[in-house]
Amino acid sequence: MYDTTYHRAGSLQDAEAKFAAAEDAKFLAGGQTLLPTMKQRLAAPSDVIDLGKVPDLSGISEGDGSLVIGAVTTHYEVASSDVVKRLIPGLAALAAGIGDPAVRYRGTIGGSISNNDPAADYPAALVALGATINTNKRSLSAEDFFEGMFMTALEEDEIVTNVSFPVAEKSAYAKYPNPASRYAMAGVFVAKTSAGSRVAVTGAGSDGVFRVSEMESALDANWSPEAVAGISVPADDLLSDIHGSADYRANLVTVMAKRAVAAT
Amino acid sequence: MGVQGIGASARRKEDKRFITGQGKYTDDMVLPRMGFAAFVRSPHAHAKILGIDASAALDMPGVDSVLTGDQMIADEIGNLICGWMINSKDGSPMNMGAWRALEPETARYVGQAVAVVIADTQAQAKDAADAVVVDYEELPSVINAVAALQDGAPQLHPEASRNLIFDWEIGEKDATDAAFASAANVIKLDLTNNRLVPNPMEPRAALAEYNSAEEHFTLYTTSQNPHVARLVLSAFYNVAPEHKLRVIAPDVGGGFGSKIYIYPEEMVALWASKRTGRPVKWLCDRTEAFLTDAHGRDHHSHAELAVDADNRITGFRVSTIANIGAYMSLFSSCVPTYLYATLLSGQYDIPNIYCDVKAVYTNTTPVDAYRGAGRPEATYLVERMMETAAGELGISPADFRRKNFVRTFPHQTPVIMCYDAGDYDATLDAALKGIDYDGFPARKAEAARRGKLRGIGLSCYIEACGIAPSQAVGSLGAGVGLWESAEVRVNPIGTIEVLTGSHSHGQGHETTFAQLISERFGLDMDNVSIVHGDTDKVQFGMGTYGSRSGAVGMSAIVKALDKVEAKAKKIAAHLMEASDEDIQIEGGELKVVGTDKKLSFTEVALAAYTAHNLPEGMEPGLKEGAFYDPTNFTFPAGTYACEVEIDPDTGKTEIVRFVAADDFGKIINPMIVEGQVHGGLTQGIGQALLENAIYDDNGQLLTASFMDYCMPRADDLPDYELTTHETLCPGNPLGMKGCGEAGAIGSPPAVINAICNAVGDNSISMPATAEKVWQACRAQTQMAAE
Amino acid sequence: MTTVSMTLNGKKVSANVDDRTLLVQYIRETHGLTGTHVGCDTSQCGSCVVHVDGKAVKSCTMLAAQADGSHVTTVEGLANGTELHPVQAAFREHHGLQCGFCTPGMIMSAVDIISRHGADIDEKTIRHELEGNLCRCTGYQNIVKAIQAAAQEMHGAKVAAE
Repeated sequence: MYDTTYHRAGSLQDAEAKFAAAEDAKFLAGGQTLLPTMKQRLAAPSDVIDLGKVPDLSGISEGDGSLVIGAVTTHYEVASSDVVKRLIPGLAALAAGIGDPAVRYRGTIGGSISNNDPAADYPAALVALGATINTNKRSLSAEDFFEGMFMTALEEDEIVTNVSFPVAEKSAYAKYPNPASRYAMAGVFVAKTSAGSRVAVTGAGSDGVFRVSEMESALDANWSPEAVAGISVPADDLLSDIHGSADYRANLVTVMAKRAVAAT
Repeated sequence: MGVQGIGASARRKEDKRFITGQGKYTDDMVLPRMGFAAFVRSPHAHAKILGIDASAALDMPGVDSVLTGDQMIADEIGNLICGWMINSKDGSPMNMGAWRALEPETARYVGQAVAVVIADTQAQAKDAADAVVVDYEELPSVINAVAALQDGAPQLHPEASRNLIFDWEIGEKDATDAAFASAANVIKLDLTNNRLVPNPMEPRAALAEYNSAEEHFTLYTTSQNPHVARLVLSAFYNVAPEHKLRVIAPDVGGGFGSKIYIYPEEMVALWASKRTGRPVKWLCDRTEAFLTDAHGRDHHSHAELAVDADNRITGFRVSTIANIGAYMSLFSSCVPTYLYATLLSGQYDIPNIYCDVKAVYTNTTPVDAYRGAGRPEATYLVERMMETAAGELGISPADFRRKNFVRTFPHQTPVIMCYDAGDYDATLDAALKGIDYDGFPARKAEAARRGKLRGIGLSCYIEACGIAPSQAVGSLGAGVGLWESAEVRVNPIGTIEVLTGSHSHGQGHETTFAQLISERFGLDMDNVSIVHGDTDKVQFGMGTYGSRSGAVGMSAIVKALDKVEAKAKKIAAHLMEASDEDIQIEGGELKVVGTDKKLSFTEVALAAYTAHNLPEGMEPGLKEGAFYDPTNFTFPAGTYACEVEIDPDTGKTEIVRFVAADDFGKIINPMIVEGQVHGGLTQGIGQALLENAIYDDNGQLLTASFMDYCMPRADDLPDYELTTHETLCPGNPLGMKGCGEAGAIGSPPAVINAICNAVGDNSISMPATAEKVWQACRAQTQMAAE
Repeated sequence: MTTVSMTLNGKKVSANVDDRTLLVQYIRETHGLTGTHVGCDTSQCGSCVVHVDGKAVKSCTMLAAQADGSHVTTVEGLANGTELHPVQAAFREHHGLQCGFCTPGMIMSAVDIISRHGADIDEKTIRHELEGNLCRCTGYQNIVKAIQAAAQEMHGAKVAAE
């Protein structure tokens, strides 16, 4: 790791001020992605500003037909929350499968989505559930937020404060993990929402998370595994690497979609 | 702990320090003023080094010095060596290119060290290593061994034309060809044995200290064989004479072969400690381990089996290309030759075998022995062939094997080995029974109803361990003898220290070896300690690899114990006025048979040291040493049966049952032996399903971290079911054969045979990734539809 | 440089360290507790697992400064004097270790697994929960056995105490 200067932010305003004062700062939440990247010397921020102890950024609350999760809420907290399990069980199940137990104690929803790793799990849930991402500056829909591989609509000094999920009628997530890293090779989140059926895929797309409208229409007509079984996504737009070809990932998208629907 | 002898599952003496965090590994050692080494490594697979500019690095905070290969050459530090000479078919010696610890001219693989920075902290050393500017001129590279042999392939070393190190053969070619000419059936098979990265959990490390007044070096390092390290560092690398170099291998966190070798980094740490006048510590990070620890396997083979009308094997013909990497590592030459082709007879009576092996340089990390070393490659070939042949001949794989088993011993194979003892029917029967082979069709049908594919596969392995008579290996090209030494020191109050040349890095020697003493003298295990891993304490030893510490290391202890026992009996007889022959040792006492006269072991020990009343002419003290040189290899063998269930939608393979029936000869501690088998099986299953070192066309290692190289995890594996069946090895006093490598040797073909059986496609290769299996399932479905 | 203070195995400690110091370096190098190990660079092997405020985390993936003010327990702080923690005892009894390098992290993870799942944890769950801990020696079988036995032992002790 290159040299850096650590700051612990006491409040959102404090974090903003510290960021503004630094030369090339990065915000640090759980650090489960940023720190390994820095250790590999692939990132060299002059300053890291730790949001982990900012009081208003953590916690899970139930709103009117919605579920609000603070940005530095850990995967463990989401996975074990009775509120999440009751309102959006698919989301709790997704959080319970991120990384490993030690990573889930530290990793946060805000950190995960701000990084937008194409193989991260959360983006699929946010897009499928039609979540709203609230920042210190504005509110963004999930589809506007995720712009592509490791790319988001966030400005440099913008901080995710929480994510608001409309409660879905049904939800589930199924992923096929990369056997080595255990990140998603194909992760499919299905949701039956007030806006209709939604299917979002992570891990497979060469441009990050994407929706499968053909599956969504099929599920609108008939919410069953059979409805999506015959629908495949074009392999052209999918990732291909040593862990899986685009063809294989295309197959996994269909299989995982089927399994996710079956799990609802 | 009480008295615990041969056959007791004694709990391990070493565990308490590990479970309480008090193990002492190399990285745990700290010396005053120590600096840290960070290496500057080639980012190119093949490149000329035009210049090294260290000026910016030298100006950075905490930097002590930047050292390069030219300085090493000026200090007359020697090149790295390969310790086993192999001659080609035509009698010419192997073509070995020079390997320098810090390469001054041409980098030949990604990760090769070209300079080293010494700084006050590790972070400073790494910062400065990034700032060393090396001017490279990239050269074309070649990664695949088959491609490296082609005309026009990039050349690595001027000494090795067409990158060919040797073209070696074993067996009778004409007789084997004749067997094929008259065969009723010939079965052919092409196989690749995938390249693996050993990945012991403790990365390599070194801490070197030089005392200029004494001109003496001390090296703490992660070694499986500290004495061999000292020998090589002294005799060949010219670091220091042996009496001026102490090598200590403290607690070592796994080795699996990869910590046998003397690598550039450890050697540079020693040299740099003298150059800089301060202790130098080097810690390997995991990515460096992937790039620089010797890799394993990487064979391409074509095999043919000749079978007569009665399904008896009449000939086996194999041609192998072995990828050695960019340089010849310490034992790289014997792995694809004498540790490989000598096992091609498997458990079978095969009258004619011929194998030729071409060893080839490529722009990849050097390849050397990794758990099993040559024997997994042979077993994979033989056991995939047995199952393939049975399928083509239309008989059951078990029956085909039975038809061809060796049943009389000693059995001389056509490829050097003389099998001394075994009962291959017994382990096959045990495995078939254990896995309920007969009930498989019903389980397959039941799985099919759930949309799953079930398959079953066998592997009847044999390996040669406990290497081996020094004279024999010497005649085959080994640069060292392969005996072992031991010293048994009885202290005046009767406690015992055993000094051994074996090295424990997970094998539990501190327990197993103590059990020998506990049994022999009836002493509490707590009264025995095992001393190893320090060249100042143990005079010499060959270390631990090749499943040799039981059969060879413990045999040396037995010989030393024999001498101690004889002397103790003489003293006791003298004190009790009896004859030596009438003294019996039992329950920690020396008794005169048929009387109530007895002395405790402690009393006898004390008498040996007070020396007030010893038999006339006897020297005081009770301490004996022994060297043991085996008379033959040992031959552990057994059958593994694997049952898999495949999800055709994803291609994911689940191992639902894995039964191992092993014959390791005499077992000292069943608990520890089971642990060795669990670990070996897991590495073998890892090779079969998950692990693969992949380079891109430019020689970049794509699997250079645990993010991309798939290590077996707990949820990838079944709960193994083990049985053992004992035939004693006649070649050593305890009848032991060795158990450390069997699992890794025998399991890959069992897994692949099961997968091929499930899918109905015999072409599935290692690792059988989910995608590969899914593709095969899809092809089968399409074929069925057509 | 930054001052990092914490309660480490029950003792208050403080030191002035580089901001980039990882928690594992702070534990091993600053305070000389070398039971916690480093086996990889990518947060996957779990050799470095310690408890921070009662939760098992990878100390190689946390800055020491992030743990300022926390209670940290390492494998050295697990036993009660000379009496081994039941998980430590079970690893020994069931031969859940060979080279010992992954063992401290395994044990710290195991304690956390048991605290979340209780006595009746089954083999499959344990295997899944060990996703973040690599062992190259044991094939995990005896580690799984040890954790299962310790879970039952700890539950038995709890029941007896009630």
